[in-house]
Amino acid sequence: MTINQSGWRPEANADLAALQAMPATVTGNRGLMLEEALIFEIGATDRTGVDIATAPDVPSHLGGLSRDAAIGLPGLSEQETVRHYTRLSRQNYAIDLGLFPLGSCTMKHNPRLNEKVARMPGFADIHPLQPVGTVQGALAVIYELAEWLKALTGMAAVAMSPKAGAHGELCGLLSIRAALEARGDARKVILVPESAHGTNPATAAFCGYAVENIPATADGRVDLAALKARLGPDVAAVMVTNPNTCGLFERDMKNIADAVHAAGAFVYCDGANFNAIVGRVRPGDLGVDAMHINLHKTFSTPHGGGGPGSGPVVLSEALAPYAPLPVVKKQDDGSFLLVEEETAGDHHADGFGRMVAFHGQMGMFTRALAYILSHGADGLRQVAEDAVLNANYLLRSLDDLLDAPFGASGPCMHEALFSDADHGNGGLAEGFTTLDVAKGLIDEGYHPMTVYFPLVVHGAMLIEPTETESKAALDQFILALRNVAQRAKAGDEMLKGAPWYTPRRRLDETLAARKPVLVWEANTAAS
Amino acid sequence: MRYLPLTQADRQAMLDRIGAASIDDLFVDVPADARLPGLIEGLPLHASEMSVERHMAALARRNISADATPFFLGAGAYRHHVPASVDHLIQRGEFLTAYTPYQPEIAQGTLQVLFEFQTQVAKLLGCDVANASMYDGSTACWEAICMARRITKRGKALLSSGLHPHYVNVAKTMAKFTGDELVYQAPSLDVAGDADVLTDAIGKDVSCVVVQYPDILGRIGDLSVLADKAHEAGALLIAVVTEPLALGAIKAPGEMGADIVVGEGQSIGVGLQFGGPYLGLFATRHKYVRQMPGRLCGETVDSEGKRGFVLTLSTREQHIRREKATSNICTNSGLCALAFSIHMTLLGEKGLRDLAMLNHKRAVQVAEKLATIPGISLLNDAFFNEFTVILPKDARQVVRDLADRGVLAGVSLGRLFPDETALARGLVIAVTEMVTDEDIDALIAGLKEVLA
Repeated sequence: MTINQSGWRPEANADLAALQAMPATVTGNRGLMLEEALIFEIGATDRTGVDIATAPDVPSHLGGLSRDAAIGLPGLSEQETVRHYTRLSRQNYAIDLGLFPLGSCTMKHNPRLNEKVARMPGFADIHPLQPVGTVQGALAVIYELAEWLKALTGMAAVAMSPKAGAHGELCGLLSIRAALEARGDARKVILVPESAHGTNPATAAFCGYAVENIPATADGRVDLAALKARLGPDVAAVMVTNPNTCGLFERDMKNIADAVHAAGAFVYCDGANFNAIVGRVRPGDLGVDAMHINLHKTFSTPHGGGGPGSGPVVLSEALAPYAPLPVVKKQDDGSFLLVEEETAGDHHADGFGRMVAFHGQMGMFTRALAYILSHGADGLRQVAEDAVLNANYLLRSLDDLLDAPFGASGPCMHEALFSDADHGNGGLAEGFTTLDVAKGLIDEGYHPMTVYFPLVVHGAMLIEPTETESKAALDQFILALRNVAQRAKAGDEMLKGAPWYTPRRRLDETLAARKPVLVWEANTAAS
Repeated sequence: MRYLPLTQADRQAMLDRIGAASIDDLFVDVPADARLPGLIEGLPLHASEMSVERHMAALARRNISADATPFFLGAGAYRHHVPASVDHLIQRGEFLTAYTPYQPEIAQGTLQVLFEFQTQVAKLLGCDVANASMYDGSTACWEAICMARRITKRGKALLSSGLHPHYVNVAKTMAKFTGDELVYQAPSLDVAGDADVLTDAIGKDVSCVVVQYPDILGRIGDLSVLADKAHEAGALLIAVVTEPLALGAIKAPGEMGADIVVGEGQSIGVGLQFGGPYLGLFATRHKYVRQMPGRLCGETVDSEGKRGFVLTLSTREQHIRREKATSNICTNSGLCALAFSIHMTLLGEKGLRDLAMLNHKRAVQVAEKLATIPGISLLNDAFFNEFTVILPKDARQVVRDLADRGVLAGVSLGRLFPDETALARGLVIAVTEMVTDEDIDALIAGLKEVLA
């Protein structure tokens, strides 16, 4: 979820004798750990991995704009290409390799059926502007998924086009803004809890709102009294993440919603953690007006090394009229209507506009629908239960060793939060940090948990196992984390050098930011 | 359930460790009246892989896919051949099921790909630097307008009439809320674009001029003069490229003075997918890097002095700067960027240029043939692989009639500009390397029949 914010940079720390004793290789490779140069260093502009037919002999009509200067794009043959990317892939950790407990990011198994379905030509090879009569199956997918999302959340409508979670937040806030403007109410403030994802305040600012923080209580929830005290005629909405970024359910959610509504404002729920409650709780029953759903979290579409995401937004009755275009409607004859600008006047007159070209992340809709149909109503409820069970199992298997700041307040939801504090039996040794624990886990073969987020907890470690991990996998992870934590408490200097067994050791992030090298240029490479 | 590994015995053992009597005890923080006592009514139960596959396949068959019919659609999404190795490689689990590379020691694969991608995009668009991608072309375009506002501290943007109307509508939607002033009018069926109109409108209050290249009608024109005029007034030139393959044949916007070049990268490696996920390209000059939105990958060294890559300049981004960030964007289109980068590597400069010229020459062939049909006239004198023809009647109906005959003939301007009756007879036709001689014959025969 978050990255190294500790300002750490590598020192020339004594590379211990053990490693120095390892024999060097002339290639830099170490067995199956293979080095791979950049395409710019191994490719050539006149080499290609694609055979292209000869162009017909007709005159050009390029208006004198021919690109004559060299572009500098290297090519590789097909074999070299396959090898380049296969070698690079082996430098990545992935869910397919092991437990990936990044809190708030929900790295669950990505079923391969979903990949197969998304590649069916009827979905993969259709154009967004084909006549609607030729894409009724695609519109059916959007409609069917929308119906599921509405039923699972207990909400009146859903805007399907947002491209990712943060884009969904934007959609929700714009719907709220449109609803307020429709009643001539120009409120300018959005309230955001301290523990919120960074996207929440950024989104509010991106659409022109002033952002104010609301404090948390000692048990990691929104401070209802402080919230009530701040509510007033200038507040447009409150953005609440529920379950929140501390992995806790906001017990006062209904009271929050009631207070917000009484003040004439709306409740935006960041639904990043919907996976903890799907099938057990409907946000609509809690008074939520708008909530984005990360299809790449709750509904298993792959993260792909950073995207693409998909962030449909469910909307309450009050906000439904303001959803952006396009909208898919089912007609009496069973066919589907794609409501765009042309027909909006007849079918969706109050929509706030358009957020994207075309219709949203179709390739993610097919995957998410396949996942939802596979689980069904019963399986999805089990998903939430197992996700919460797995997280609580981790919480109670580690809270004797690591400080669980909210562990005393009851069960967690889908993720377990720890800090680097001393909770009575010794904190981390002097000079040792959460980052060292994370890097130590890498040597044990794990992707670390989310670190230094949420910001409300010192040296945060946020662990989300998800429901797709077995008990055996959790037990091994617990063993590894306990061992690394004990080494950090004991001041094991080897941990400061971790990771030792990776293609690269700790990287100098300060250098990267101070002298940005963002593109390859001949002769300027750092090594 | 096949994706859930816990057994009942596991669950009981885990509850015992936790000290909870039942699963319900773990949901005690949920208000009692919001706890669903059982399954949500009216929803189907779990299903086997085979039955889900059947259901989805039946839905897929209700679409007419481009591979099953002569196909000439473009207007912001293009059908090109994607080599088999691209899809094979992006399905490697180490790419497909990785997260954002926040732990660089175990994400060098993704990071090196992003560094290579940034370099490829910068070179293709003719710019100094590019980011690790945005959601799509339309959102990248709006982000560019916001970036120009931050740089110039001015709030008025001139949008060319040649800009894709969906991109215009995205910008208009956002501007309603941010207060930016946008100047735009729909295109007219002229052979020349609106460069003169834009040039005259540039004043000291203008943050940027946004032009599409090639534009929505397929027209191409030199951007240099417009760039000079914009710069004289202290404004930026933003160029939007929805068909990046064109830049294998025609000058890059960056070469002609554009300050920010954004684009839709779908046409290289990604596929149509009914409009998404796609790939926003975003490139600019060195001096504006710190005003860029989106993720950036940079080169550095590790503690042994070896070259490596990390995400960098994150002090622009929401997870550090929160409400002061340059954008709220939190993802990129990572897997689509990978597909783009692999396809570009397979092509190389030679393949890119050859493929671009093949597209262009095929389009010239089709344009010449269409122009011989009585009643049809060709709008463009210069174009890449897409052009506009003016039909003797409403193009929307022609497109529907041709679809009924099994030909997907193009995108009617009526679909794109439903309020502009003056454009109703315009049809935008894209011709890529995928179009066969038989497809061209079918288009021509169909048009003759429908127009007769």
